[in-house]
Formats: sequence, structure tokens, C-alpha cells
Amino acid sequence: MSGLAMPKADSETMARRATIVADLRAIVPGEGVVETVNEMRAFESDGLTAYRQLPLVVVLPETVAQVSRVLKYCNEHKIRVVPRGSGTSLSGGALPLEDAVLLVMSRFNRILSIDYPNRVVVAQPGVTNLGITRAVEEEGFYYAPDPSSQIACSIGGNVAENSGGVHCLKYGLTANNVLGIEMVLMDGEVIRLGGRHLDAEGYDLLGIMTGSEGLLGVVTEVTVRILKKPDTARALLIGFPTSEQGGQCVADIIGAGIIPGGMEMMDAPAIRAAEDFVQVGYPLDCEALLIVELDGPAVEVDHLIGQVEAIAIRNGSTTCRISASEDERLAFWAGRKAAFPAVGRISPDYYCMDGTIPRKELPRVLHGMRELSEKYGLGVANVFHAGDGNLHPLILYDANKPGELESAEAFGADILRLCVAVGGVLTGEHGVGVEKRDLMPEMFNETDLDQQMRVKCAFDPGHLLNPGKVFPQLRRCAELGRMHVHKGQVAFPDIPRF
Amino acid sequence: MTTFTPTTAAETLSTVQWALAEEAPLEVIGHGSKQGIGRPVQAEHTLDLSRLTGVTLYEPAELVLSAKAGTPLAEIEALLAENGQQLAFEPMDYGPLLGEAPGRGSIGGVLAANLAGPRRLKAGAARDHILGIHAVSGRGEAFKSGGRVVKNVTGYDLSKGLAGSWGTLAVLTDVTFKVLPTAETETTLAVRGLYDEQAVAAMALAMGSNAEVSSAAHLPYPAVARVNGGRFGSDATTLLRVEGFAPSVTARLAMLTALLKNAGPLEEIAGEKSRLLWGEVRDCAPFAGNDERPVWRVSMAPSDGHAMVMALRRQTAVDAFYDWQGGLAWLRMESGEPEADLMRALVKKHGGGHATLVRASAADRAALPVFQPQPPALAALSARLKGEFDPKAILNPGRMA
Repeated sequence: MSGLAMPKADSETMARRATIVADLRAIVPGEGVVETVNEMRAFESDGLTAYRQLPLVVVLPETVAQVSRVLKYCNEHKIRVVPRGSGTSLSGGALPLEDAVLLVMSRFNRILSIDYPNRVVVAQPGVTNLGITRAVEEEGFYYAPDPSSQIACSIGGNVAENSGGVHCLKYGLTANNVLGIEMVLMDGEVIRLGGRHLDAEGYDLLGIMTGSEGLLGVVTEVTVRILKKPDTARALLIGFPTSEQGGQCVADIIGAGIIPGGMEMMDAPAIRAAEDFVQVGYPLDCEALLIVELDGPAVEVDHLIGQVEAIAIRNGSTTCRISASEDERLAFWAGRKAAFPAVGRISPDYYCMDGTIPRKELPRVLHGMRELSEKYGLGVANVFHAGDGNLHPLILYDANKPGELESAEAFGADILRLCVAVGGVLTGEHGVGVEKRDLMPEMFNETDLDQQMRVKCAFDPGHLLNPGKVFPQLRRCAELGRMHVHKGQVAFPDIPRF
Repeated sequence: MTTFTPTTAAETLSTVQWALAEEAPLEVIGHGSKQGIGRPVQAEHTLDLSRLTGVTLYEPAELVLSAKAGTPLAEIEALLAENGQQLAFEPMDYGPLLGEAPGRGSIGGVLAANLAGPRRLKAGAARDHILGIHAVSGRGEAFKSGGRVVKNVTGYDLSKGLAGSWGTLAVLTDVTFKVLPTAETETTLAVRGLYDEQAVAAMALAMGSNAEVSSAAHLPYPAVARVNGGRFGSDATTLLRVEGFAPSVTARLAMLTALLKNAGPLEEIAGEKSRLLWGEVRDCAPFAGNDERPVWRVSMAPSDGHAMVMALRRQTAVDAFYDWQGGLAWLRMESGEPEADLMRALVKKHGGGHATLVRASAADRAALPVFQPQPPALAALSARLKGEFDPKAILNPGRMA
């Protein structure tokens, strides 16, 4: 682990490990408690594999009552808990803690109901993202958010991370596609937010829960909205001599009132790596490659393809191919979808970043990245959700060379600082987790972070659920609750009063 | 009794800090277009944000717009329209329903009330389009959340957390919304003469098709007689809106017509007439006017709403119509009695959801829970959240209680 400070393990909890394991076995019988080092290895990291830590013990509950009892028990005994779905987080959101119970939700793997008239699916949180689409595709429906890990990632984890994907400019993130959840609070209380109706009453706790990275509660059931699969999808593969032209093309497409189903950009190193890997005919003479996918009724797709092609030519595209068949459309995507493994072939290791920027700042950010690349002596390839400005730089390094991981992390942090400096944010879809935790002050001041932590206090006043994630410095709720009121201060003298 | 009308975020902060020090509760209002919703606020002073105005950032190509909270919604919508864009969730205007002039709401109020419109089915509500906020908490602290880009998961989404909080958690000073292109054209397919149950089935069929219907409403008699200048006469009418590029709208309308050819007599309403019609559905025009008969806004699963209404009709006289495929029922209680207990019992019995008493006399609003009461554990969590934002209860005290 490279210099990441996690909350100090509680020695009392560590000393009581045997008792805790026995008590948890009483709640979750059989194979639901995993405690040997060998068996726990499988859980020591998530998708951010640079960080590893064995948990105190792993618990795999099967029922909501068990989740409730485990949390209540841990709350009463002041034992920390780290929730985990499929463990695909790219930001270390499910990184175990030495003194914490790892609560794994993978046995909650059933679809509970499919309701076509209302177009909703009710699923347990361990069902995979793709599993929902699989359950309804025979009737022509699908679940829209499609993170690249969709074959493995769980819907409960999607709620925790507010996962996005290639299609979210048009179809929204997880937050826009979840109608309700059942969840368990740290004290064991089971509550329901929303349901099959379109809006929840009262405060938008569902909105706060979505993307809360497992710090506020454990999701035990999810109700999602499903959509009819579009009739047709066709894609354009467009190459530009400069990233400025590619960026302007994206702006002009949106300016023409077109919101494509997907709009992805790759820079020269990413194009080259992808083409070497999958050989689908990506043009190698361009600095920016754009894939624009239009979906909907065939007549609409045909109509818009023509418009997008004209916009591309006007912006000086050197290549503009239009998919004539489903095979060709998939070939256009094959390189983009294989970009990560392709980069994995040209470098022993790579580190995937996730900032969002105002799209018009793309040339400036790419330029800055090239300078940083020279400074750190590490290569970088970029894939970019161009429609929404979400950038995924892949930093190339070799973990076996001393100091390179640290350099890659420092490079990544500088890229994110650059994203914030141009008006963007630290993370578009991967979450803060442990990875970007210490960068939070780049975006938020102390007051902003304190107010976020106070929300945490309403859900989990003991800071027992997933501590050490998201917030660079944990402050006790009692301290956060203290008021600093200056009596007798006169209201702003210039305020007009009537 | 003082009304504070700050023109900057700093003045807003200072006012809240003063109120906190004095423990003097504030009624927080924008332009007051929704002041009649919720329990009457018991506050000595008013914090009026109607002069905290101005669009601070608008970048059509980036799909973002930021404005100070008191900026009139009408001004923002006009600016967006100049660029062929819109707030896709088409926030409703409560003014006419509450007997006020139309077009008076503020952009901050749009978020504070989590407004939506008929396009809710496809485009969501204010909470689905908010990107970032600046606000002053009841602790007298200015804080921000979110950002100015369309995709962001950095930290808790407090912007959504303030959606639908009716000014009880924090005072918004600046909001950033995602904006989207306005559809090139729209046409509505009307199906005539369906009973509620048939209409709900027809709407579900349409919404589950590839016609990409963006709104689905059903207006039984007499509500139907009060829209589009009475063009539908007294026949119940089910409305399906198709929006987009012209060739696509034509194709999808043909698809929809084929799908519903046996449902009942069909009629197409194009362009401006269609837009006006959906504006009337959005703003609850059938019940608008200077009228004290209570109006409920009931949100349920789309297939459940009509059964609840049918059960309610057996016990009391109700004028009703449906938006959101049947998932949003607007109900006017013809007897003048809100019947809150009956209403909520029936909602619960017919699959759950929530009912808000959006129009009622001040006396009824003071005596009854205007917003849906929550189960104890959830109510306790909501109360703790309120305590973390506004521990001294100085912001709109009691409004959502």
C-alpha cells in the first residue's frame, strides 16, 4: 500500500476476534462466515488492486434479517463494517480494514419481480447489472446504465457508486434509473425509500444514498426502471487531425440538438494500442477518434447519421465511416471496449483515472497531460466519454520498477487537480473511495466537507460504516454538531429590509 | 416582522447568521408562488430571495446553466429557448392551481419543490437534472455540493438532498442545472372514450412500445372539458405525446396508431396545440382558479393509481385526472373536505405511494399533515437529517411537519 493512511485499527476489536467470529456465526450459520487467511485472500482488494488488506472476518449474509442483526451487533460492539458487492470498484470503495467485518452481499442474487406494465424490476443487490438486462431482454427491454464492468458488477454496488457507463448522457446514471431501495442502517433499522412510483416523498434520501459509497447504509433491495430496447443502433467512426477538431465536432453535434446514445473519443496512443490489439481498421493517422452511436427508430437514426456526417466533414474529419451492418457497428466499438486490455498489452501495468471536465477544456487538459507525462516519465493514453466530458486517462507504469507506482499515483493526482482547475471534478463515475480521498480538499473546503460528514452523522453517528473512505479526515459527530454562534452580531448592514 | 431581501450570497449568509444568533425563525421564499403549499410557517421574519437574481453561467454546448436562486424561471426558460434548449423535466407552475398569476416561480423554488411535469416518465424531475448548488445551512454556514459538469460522483450528492426539501434544510443561493435540446416537433395522439382502467392499459401498452412516448395522461369527464378550450367535449381522453425530429415523430406516431387502432377513436393533435395541451396537464389547469376545494397530488405505481381513485369515488365525490401513465393522480375533493385519513389509507391499500395536500385552506393545512407521514424509522432519519442542517429549526419551521 503506497502511503495511504487508514483509520487506526482498534486493538480491542482485534483482541476480541474469536468472540466476534463466534457471535457472527450465531447470526449467519454455515458457510456464511469466512475467517481463514487463505479464504479471505479473495476479498483483500477490489478493482483497485494496488491496495490490499485482509479484513477481520468476512460475512456473507443471505437474508435481510441477518444483515440487520449483523449491523446491530457491530453497532452495539463498536465494530467497523465494510460493505462489498462484487468488488469491482476502481476507487477502493470496498477495500477491507484490518479491524472491520467485511459484509459481502453476493448471496443476495435473486430477481424478485418483473413488472412490465410499470416497467420496473425489483432485484436483490447482488444481482449483476447485466443480469437485470438478461432477465428482461426476451421481452425487448433492458436496464440502461452500463458500466464497463456490467458483466460482474452488482446493482447494489451500482447504487453505492452511482455508476454510469457509455450511454449515460442520453439515459442517465444509476441515480436517474433507480426508483426505490430497501436498506439497513448501521443500527439495524430496515427502511424503504421510494418504490415503484416515480418520486419518493419527503427528503430525497434516495438521492443522497445513491453514490454514497457504502458509508450510509447497506442496500438490501433495489427497484430499477427498465426501458424498451431501441429498434436500431448505428455508429459513425470519425477521425480528426487534432483533438480541438474532435471536441468542436462533439459540441456541434450537441448544438444541433442531437443527444447520441453514445459518444466516445480516443487519443492517438489509445487508438494505436486498440488497433494493434483488435485490428478492426481504426485510422492510425489521426489524433482524435470519435465513435458516435445513434439509437432509436430506424428512420430517426438514418436521418441523424446524415446530419452527424455533415458536421464531421465541416469540422475537417479525415475519416468518416458509417456502420452498414450490426457487425460493423460492433467492430467500431471493439477497439474502444478493448482499450483497457489493449493498453495492458503495451505496458506491464496501467492506472485508470476518472475526472470530468467542461468539454471545451479538452485541448488544454490533453496538453497539460502531455507535459505531466514528460515530467513523470510515464506514458498516458486517453479514452473519453466525450458527450459528458468524463475523461479516463490510462497511466502506463511498471509496478516492478521501484517508485513507478508512486510516480503513477502522483501523476494521476496531478491530472485530477488539473481537471478541477479547469472547472471539472475529481470523479465522474468511479467514486472517491480511498483513491481520491485525499484530493477532496482540491474541490471542497472544510465547511463543504463538514456538511457532508454531518449527513453521515444522521445515518451512522459512530462512523462505523466504511470509515476511511471518501473523507480525508474523519471528525467526530459531536464535534461536527457544535454550533459557533456569535450573539449580538448585526445582520449585514446593506441588506434591504422592508 | 422584517423582510430581508438579500441581493448576494454573502448577504443571505449574514441574514441566516443573524437569525440563528437571535433564534428567530425565517420563512424562506423565492417569489412566493408556492407559499400556499405545506403547513403555514410560524416565523416572525421573512427571507425573500426574489432579488438574488441573475444567470451566472450558460454554456449551451456544455449543456449547463447556473443561476442565482431567485432568478425567475420564466427568464431562464426564455434564455434557453433562444438557444433551442430547455429544462427537459418541464417544471410545473403551481401558480394557477393556487389562484395566483402564472409564471412567477424561481429557479431555486424549482429545486426546493423538486418540480416535474408530464415528461417525468422519460426525463425525470428537477432532482435528476441538478448538477450543483451553493447554499446556506441553518447552521449559518455557506457550503457547496456537486459541480458544473454533467457527470460527477464526487462526495455525497447534497444537491439532490435539497431537492424537495421546501427550504427546510438550507437556503439555496446558486443552482446549476443540466439543460437539453428542445425537441424539433411534437404530436399528441388522443384516444377517446376510455374508462380509467382501459386508459391505464392503453398507456402501459404505449409506454412499453418502441414509439418512445414521452408523456401519457388520461382525462376523464369533467376534467377533460376544461382543457384546450373544451375541444374534447365531455368524452374522456387519453393523451400520448411523441416528441423528436420530424421524420422520427411521423414514424413513431404511425407505430402508435397501429398499436392502438382497436383501443378507441384516435385523433392527432400537432404542434402548438399539443404544447398548450401538455402545459395545461402540467399545471393542473382543470382545477386551477380561485377555488378552495382541496386538491391532492398522489404518486403511485402507474398501474395502481386508478384503483385507488375508484375506491375513493365510492366514499366521496372526487374530480380526478391522471398524468405519468396513471402514476400521478390529481384529485379535487368536491365536498370541500380533504379526507386525509381516508386518502392515505386507500393509497396504502392499493400498493403504496404518497399523497400531498397541495391545495387546502390555511386551517386545514395547519391541522393536517400536508406531506405524507413516514414510518417511524424513516421519519426519525429525516428528523436527524434536518437536525444536521438546521439544528435550531430556523428555516421554514414546521412546513413539512
